[in-house]
Amino acid sequence: MTKTILTIDDSASVRQMVSMTLTAAGYDVLQAEDGADGLAKATGNRVDAILTDLNMPNMNGLEFIRAFRAHPSGQGVPIVFLTTESDDGMKSEAKAAGATGWIVKPFKQEQLVAVVKKVAGA
Amino acid sequence: MEGMDEIRDTFFQEAEELLGELERGLILIQEGDRDSETVNAIFRAVHSIKGGAGMFELDRLVSFAHAFETVLDDLRSRKIGLEANGLKTMLRSADLLSDLVRTARAGEEMEAGREAVLMAELAALSGGVADAAPSAFDAPELPAGPVSRLYDIRFTPLAALYANAGDPALLVRELHRLGTATVSCDASHVPDLSELDPEGAYLSWTVALETTESEDTIREVFEFVEGDCILEVIAGEPMVVEEPAVVEEGDGFDVAALLARMQAELGDGPAPEATPSPFDMPFAPDFSADFSNVVDLADMRPVETPAPSPAPAVEPVAAPVLAASPAKTEESKASSAPAPAAGATIRVDLDRLDRLVNLVGELVINRAMVAQRVVEAGLSNTAAVSVGLDELEQLTREIQDNVMALRAQPVRSVFQRMSRLVREVGEAVNKQVQLVVEGEGTEVDKTIVERLTDPLTHMIRNAIDHGLESPEKRLEAGKPLTGTVHLSARHASGHIVIEVSDDGGGLNRPRVRDIAVSKGLIPADAQLSDEETDNLIFLPGFSTASTISNISGRGVGLDVVKRSVQALGGRISIASRPGRGSTFTLALPLTLAVLDGMLVTVADQTLVLPLTSTVETLKLKPEEIHALGSSKLVTLRGAFTPMIDVGRHFGYRHAPADLTKSVGLVVETQGNTRTVLLVDEIQGQRQVVIKSLETNYGSVPGIAAATILGDGRVALILDVDALVSEASASASDFSFAIAG
Repeated sequence: MTKTILTIDDSASVRQMVSMTLTAAGYDVLQAEDGADGLAKATGNRVDAILTDLNMPNMNGLEFIRAFRAHPSGQGVPIVFLTTESDDGMKSEAKAAGATGWIVKPFKQEQLVAVVKKVAGA
Repeated sequence: MEGMDEIRDTFFQEAEELLGELERGLILIQEGDRDSETVNAIFRAVHSIKGGAGMFELDRLVSFAHAFETVLDDLRSRKIGLEANGLKTMLRSADLLSDLVRTARAGEEMEAGREAVLMAELAALSGGVADAAPSAFDAPELPAGPVSRLYDIRFTPLAALYANAGDPALLVRELHRLGTATVSCDASHVPDLSELDPEGAYLSWTVALETTESEDTIREVFEFVEGDCILEVIAGEPMVVEEPAVVEEGDGFDVAALLARMQAELGDGPAPEATPSPFDMPFAPDFSADFSNVVDLADMRPVETPAPSPAPAVEPVAAPVLAASPAKTEESKASSAPAPAAGATIRVDLDRLDRLVNLVGELVINRAMVAQRVVEAGLSNTAAVSVGLDELEQLTREIQDNVMALRAQPVRSVFQRMSRLVREVGEAVNKQVQLVVEGEGTEVDKTIVERLTDPLTHMIRNAIDHGLESPEKRLEAGKPLTGTVHLSARHASGHIVIEVSDDGGGLNRPRVRDIAVSKGLIPADAQLSDEETDNLIFLPGFSTASTISNISGRGVGLDVVKRSVQALGGRISIASRPGRGSTFTLALPLTLAVLDGMLVTVADQTLVLPLTSTVETLKLKPEEIHALGSSKLVTLRGAFTPMIDVGRHFGYRHAPADLTKSVGLVVETQGNTRTVLLVDEIQGQRQVVIKSLETNYGSVPGIAAATILGDGRVALILDVDALVSEASASASDFSFAIAG
């Protein structure tokens, strides 16, 4: 069955890029434009993995991860965060919040697909 | 690739918005705002630009944004404070960033090294050393070499791995990709179901991996779960060809047996598909998958197993209820916090909007036609149909306003650009200037917003360069050293009124007058009011700067500004108070789809004149008319003014108009020249919906567009500028023919 990935990013171009790349790789993609929108979509749909930006207005990525993990439907779903910060402080903070993995921006399309496969399967 | 181009467009659109946010934030900070959300917003803007630029490999943009971001990040985390110098650097960095975005968008390359100085300043701000700008992409790791080794990998997930939705099966699958893997799972620690903690971690894996990849590559597979598992990778000796040992069904763990045990304990448990849990985890592993048992085994991670405990997770009613969860608190907190950038917006293709605007125009016309029919049918005002029509009119008007509002945009985007202009011009002419902006949220049609930049740029340059005095003179006059330019926008009687004022010396009226006289723009004995004198500066060929500075004197005078404003159906004027400053006032229509028109009758035809070009109306006396060759002139307060008989000009009739029954409309055209248009009668003022004549019929000289009147007839809208220049051209041709 086709897997559904939710991409949460305040940048429409990043969402489009993620969406185009993952659709080409055979996934269904849902989009949300900030953490609050993401939480509504993540809890209102069956998603197989979530890609979220960290720095967003209206509920940032960390808040989203914590909120989603605290939600009954938010426990088995892998969450990958997109970040341009490669510093480990951010990584460990996001992991402590419940993130599954990360991808450092800018990323190549293959890298994106590889990471999604790694956490959500093909 | 088409998709990429589209995304690229989106990115640049977004970047423009982000640059606006950046500028807005920096200005707030300049004004003393120290709210951490403001600093965060500007950080986010630069950060997002950098992120997007990376996708398109705009390396210069990325590295400059990176240096900028580093400083903002330090500011955000209060590693550094903010001094005046720092703010200046940041404002200039915002300008440069915006230039970098624009050149990138245009596919151009900015001249090399322009960012060097600012990069150094930014580096100094962030404590000396900026970290090296990231290269766009990390070089892919080279494989260690062709030598194959056998690695012994021991992997024991901890509960945290499952809590973060890590999946051992997928990790093991990754290992399969690297070479030949032989996997065994140790399930000996799985307790009886009654004692099983659904969130516990009980399984561990041993993988014998034969691969040519390096140990680092293997460890990279576990990158995300570092710290959430116990991992040992032991490298064996380089290998000679060896039979892989098959240990698949290893170590006394029997899937079937475990399953049987679990199912027995659960009784006839619910079928996995019917589980109302939002988990996407089938209770029973899917044996039809094309993976080995080993992988299926791995799929049976404990955390996913719907345990018979009363965990809220499997309670279907619990799922949509957020109220008690911390998520809700987070959410409400977030929504109460100021979030200037967020808003429920959708992007709509402009064409669609315009189609809607057109349709509404049709609706307005149609309603007017029905109303006319009702009147013609002789129905009373109180008839049900008339009452219904009144209501329809209200509704139509509301729809019209709302649809027009869809095309409306705040003038903010243009106003924001002006702050940069003020900085640059102030620096160039060595004056200290502050810009005070008001009403930037005032909305007006998108096209008008777009065309505001040039006139505003010009007026502001003018205000700083000519309006504000030099610092010495300001001190002498007892004014603050820093001059103020005030830029404001507001709505007034169906127009948007934009004012640019300065607290400088005001216009030097005697000098303005002398210049106008010396350039032959007015007769030496002309009697002018103060207001008329001030507005002389809009005449073509007028320039007050005795030395042309490279700021205002760009070969474009205020007459050009005036013309571009008129082209938008607007008016511009200046009012000056000697010693206290000048104010430019710009009045523009709110939309270009509707025109304030003066309806006139010419030889039984109804024509529409734009109200903005009409200065006054008058009754003409025969003794005021003079013939000059084939053309006629009117004496208007002592000045000869050309006259056009509109009926004859358009060929509606051959006989000249009867002056006693005609009305003269004084119109003002390019370069402030006045012309009298002769019409039969004035019907009144009305808002008309503009319909393009070119798309529906063809271009006609002297006619700008058409509109449809309430009675269904088409009325032409005059293009006054074209009409006047055409008439004067044909008149001179004619007189030339006579002379020849």
